[in-house]
Formats: sequence, structure tokens, C-alpha cells
Amino acid sequence: MYTDLLQYVFGGLTSGAIYALIALGFCVVSNTMGIVNFIQVDFVTLGGMFMFSALFSLGLPTIPALGLAVAMVALAAMVVERVGLRPARSDNHLVLIFLTVGLSIIMRGVIKLVWGKNRMALPPLTPDVPVQILGASVLPQALWILGLTIVAIAVLTWFFHRTSLGLSMRAVASNPTAAAVVGIPAGRVRLTSYAIAGALGGLAGVLVTPITTLNYDVGVLLGLKGFAAAILGGFGSFPGAILGGLGLGLLESLSAGYLSSAYKDVVAFVVLLLVLFVRPKGLLGK
Amino acid sequence: MTGRQNLLYFLTLHRTGLAVTLMSAALLAFPFVEDNPYTLGLTNLIAINAIVVLGLNLFIGYTGQISLGHAAFFGLGAYGSAIATVTFELAPWPAMFLVAALVALIALAVGIPVLRLSGHYLAMATLGLNYVVHTVLLQWDEVTGGPSGFAGIPSLTVPGTVIDDAVGLHYLLWGFAMACLLLCLNLVRSGVGRGMAALAGDETAAAALGVDTRATKIKVFVLSAVLASLAGSLFAHCYAYVSPDTFGIFASTDFVIMVVVGGMGSIWGSVFGAAFLTLMPEWVEFFDTYKDFVHGGILVLVLMFLPQGLITGLTDTIRVRLALRRRDHAAA
Repeated sequence: MYTDLLQYVFGGLTSGAIYALIALGFCVVSNTMGIVNFIQVDFVTLGGMFMFSALFSLGLPTIPALGLAVAMVALAAMVVERVGLRPARSDNHLVLIFLTVGLSIIMRGVIKLVWGKNRMALPPLTPDVPVQILGASVLPQALWILGLTIVAIAVLTWFFHRTSLGLSMRAVASNPTAAAVVGIPAGRVRLTSYAIAGALGGLAGVLVTPITTLNYDVGVLLGLKGFAAAILGGFGSFPGAILGGLGLGLLESLSAGYLSSAYKDVVAFVVLLLVLFVRPKGLLGK
Repeated sequence: MTGRQNLLYFLTLHRTGLAVTLMSAALLAFPFVEDNPYTLGLTNLIAINAIVVLGLNLFIGYTGQISLGHAAFFGLGAYGSAIATVTFELAPWPAMFLVAALVALIALAVGIPVLRLSGHYLAMATLGLNYVVHTVLLQWDEVTGGPSGFAGIPSLTVPGTVIDDAVGLHYLLWGFAMACLLLCLNLVRSGVGRGMAALAGDETAAAALGVDTRATKIKVFVLSAVLASLAGSLFAHCYAYVSPDTFGIFASTDFVIMVVVGGMGSIWGSVFGAAFLTLMPEWVEFFDTYKDFVHGGILVLVLMFLPQGLITGLTDTIRVRLALRRRDHAAA
């Protein structure tokens, strides 16, 4: 009984950490550009794909492969922003959001073309020998996920509070007009926000695909849940994204454990609708 | 005024009515010119898509909101009709309107909480709804038939005949599509429609002018969901078979592409967009392999270069060119 609960909690925290990473990616772009960035879902897929190539085509060891995959997704995200979004020179949100939808479709096409449509399996970062913690057996991959999520959040906190680029991004988030008046370069801020969103999505993809399988649209569902997590925590708030991600992961794993696992994926969206109904600004929203 | 001026004045004054009459006449005559069931099947599919896109375009173009889940309402209409007529043995026509009313309630339940927020929460909420609907259609197999679909849906009947051949369906579906087109054309020229147009232009200004922005958004959202549900019911009765894959989230993005290609806020453009996207696989040979590139590419290119849509965008560009040329001639 108690071990079951503990098992579900660990499972929930693991998937919650993934949702939190994706939710943070949504928040970064939303804060600087004011749009929902649908390409985020493909950054997740892309992370897994680059990891696959780095491991098996380049034959890199695990840790450099992870770094390379995350960097490549960040680069791809910057390219998307530079050639896909900026030339539109539009400040109409409807146009920009539809552009991200279109770019996301193209990105899925590219992924399908380069890596094919088949399901692939990615090995976990360290061999799958379950570890016993307080009576629950936990896969090492879950520990990696939790550990690297904490590292990513720490790096992000440092970046947003200690570097001038991070500070200028927060300035844009809090007041775009005032930020433009004091001469903060909008282009560089947008490019950086995409790079961060890409890196976060890519990291989530690298970490989660050994648990799920790797497929050209694996990111769609994960991305949607990441968005639901962002709303749950309060869209745009970083602590909210983390809390929302973990909360959603726990809810999902507990409901799968105690209710039914067939509709596990539905829980996220029911929660999303309930939150919008009861407390639209989310748990920690302003 | 001379006779010519009179005629021109008459034509401009009644351009919408005349265009609808002309199109109806063309559609009435079409089965006499073309009776190939394959071609008629395609044009029938255009009619079904056009009904969904008309509603979606009212919502996107006139309230400035995004729905990425209209395939859910489409699917609920289709499965609703299927279950009501086969499992509960209701008559198809009442079932269709009953299902549309239920879908309206669902749209209301989603729309009321989400549309009171500013920003684009609805895009994700509808996407989530679509995912939920798709999952339920797949998983709840004792009711929906699961992944293998739902077969044996009866055809629609009018007193005297059963509508099950391509020509009969042509008249039925285009009859519905033209009725929806007229409804939308009239709606956007009514007082309510002017309010909607104001809302699309500037929400704050519209609210200051006395448009109840929140209620308007919800009403248009529900209307568009009802149109999608009706189209879904027609789809189910037309093909006698439905399967969950027709109503996934990618179908929703296809509807959005139809809206954007036709031009956001352009009623006639909706029909054009539906036709363009439905016929495209027929013209492009390599379509299957590169479907994503073609669809995504069209969406991105139209948004970048002609954000008003293909038809409005091109005519505007040509008009500007002609005006510039006239000015140059006048100067020279």
C-alpha cells in the first residue's frame, strides 16, 4: 500500500520534471514575445532524435552526446526564429501563432524525412538497474531526469538573475515598451528566448525518450501536457511552471495508479479546463 | 444616370446576392455537366469542409481567437449522429440537430471559462479538447467501435427518396453549404456582425463602443462548433463509416490552414480555402511523401507574404500595382 503510493509518487515526479522543463520553454517565449510557441512540441522530439544520431551515427559517449543534442536543438530553435518568424515582421499575434503552427508542421516533416517514421529506442543514460529507495524501485533514468532538471533550473535562475542578457530578457518580459526605450535589443532577446526554449525542450526530449519511445510525433502529447502544466502553475511564471509540471505529473500518475490508466492522458486536459474554470491565473500566476 | 451607370450601380449594390445566385445556379447545373462519381465525391468533400471552415473563419477572423480543435466538434457531430441513429435507432434528421445542440453545450462549457481570459489560452484548450475527444473515440470501443471505426450509418432520407448516390449527396451537401454561406454573409453584415468586425479590429475599442466582447466571442465559438457538428453529421451519413483518425489534431490544423489560405475574416475565402486544400492532393503527385512540407509551407508562405489570405492578398496587390501604374501614367 505504502510502497505503491511511493512508487506512484516517484513516477509522477519523473514525468512532472519533464513537463516542468517543457513548460519553462513555453514560458520563456511567451514572456518575451507574448505568443504561444507551438514549435516547442517539436523541440522535444528533436532532442531525442539528435541524441539518437549522436549516439549511433557519431558514436559519442553518453554525456557529450547529451550536450551535443541539447546544443543542436538550441541552434535549430535559433534558426527557426531567425528564418521562420522574424522575416514575417508582424506584431499581429494571430499571424505569429499560426506561423509557429506552420513551422511546427514543417519541422515534423523534416524530422520524418531525416529520421523516418519508425519507432526507435534510445538507451537510458546509465544501464537500467532499478535502485531501491525507501522500498520503491526507481530506474536510474528517473534519477537522471530529476537531477538534470534541477541543474537546468539552477542554470536558468543564474542566467536570469546574474547575466546582463538574462536581466534584459526579464526587462522585456515585464515591460516590452520600456525595455525598447532603454535600448535593449529586441532581436537578440527573441533569439535567446528561442535558444533557451529549444535547449529546455531538447533536454526534456533527450531525457524522456528512453522511457517512452522515439517517434516523429512523440513531442506533440508531451508538449501539450507541458503547456497544461504551464497554465496550471500560472502561464509565464517560472516557479509556477515547475510547480505545475510536478503537480500535473503527480496527478497523472496517481490517477493512473488508483483510477484507470486508459484515460491517463486525458487527466492533463481535464485539469487544464478545471484550472481555467476555477482559477484562470494558475497556482502562482500574477 | 445613363443605362450603363444604372446597370453598374445595380451590380455593385447587389453583388453579394448576385454572386450567391450565380454560384447556386452553377452548383445546380454542375451534376449535369459532370457526373463522374469520383469528381462529385471530391466536390462533396469540399462542401463538408467548407461548412466547418465557414464557422471556424467567423471565429478566427471576427473574434481574433484561435481554435485548434474544430476537428473535435466535427468528430463529435459525426460520432454523435452515428451512435444516435445506429445504437439508439433515432431518425437521422432529429438526431443531427439533437447532436448539434449537445455539441453546442460542450462548446459552451469549454468556451465560457477560457474565453474570459485574454490571450491565446483557447488555442491550447481546444487542442487539448481535441486530444481528449480523439482518445475517447479510440478507447471507448464498446460505444465508438474503437480504432476500427463505426460502420453501417444509415443514409439521410427526404420524403420519397434515400440520398445515397453522388448526385443526391451533391445537392444535399451543397444545399447545406450554401445555406451556411448565406447565414455567414448575412451575419457579418448585421449589427451583430459589425460588432464582431469591430472586435476583430480592436477589442478595447469595440468594448468602448458597447460591444459585449466576451458574450460575442462565446456566441461565435458556439456557432462555429454547431456548424462543425452539422458538417460532421453530414459526413457520417454521407460515407456511412467514421473512424477516429479523421478527427485527430492534425485534421484541426488542416481546417486552420484552409481558413488562413482563404483569408481570415473572408467569408468567400472560406469556400476557396476549403476547395484549395481539398483538391491539392489531386494536383500534387508527390503529395503523400511531402504532405507536411506542402501544408506547413503554404501556411507559412501565406502568413508571411499575404496575411490577408490568397484571394484578398493577391487582388489587393494587383489593385495597388494598377493604382501605382495609373499614377505614373498621369505624372508622365
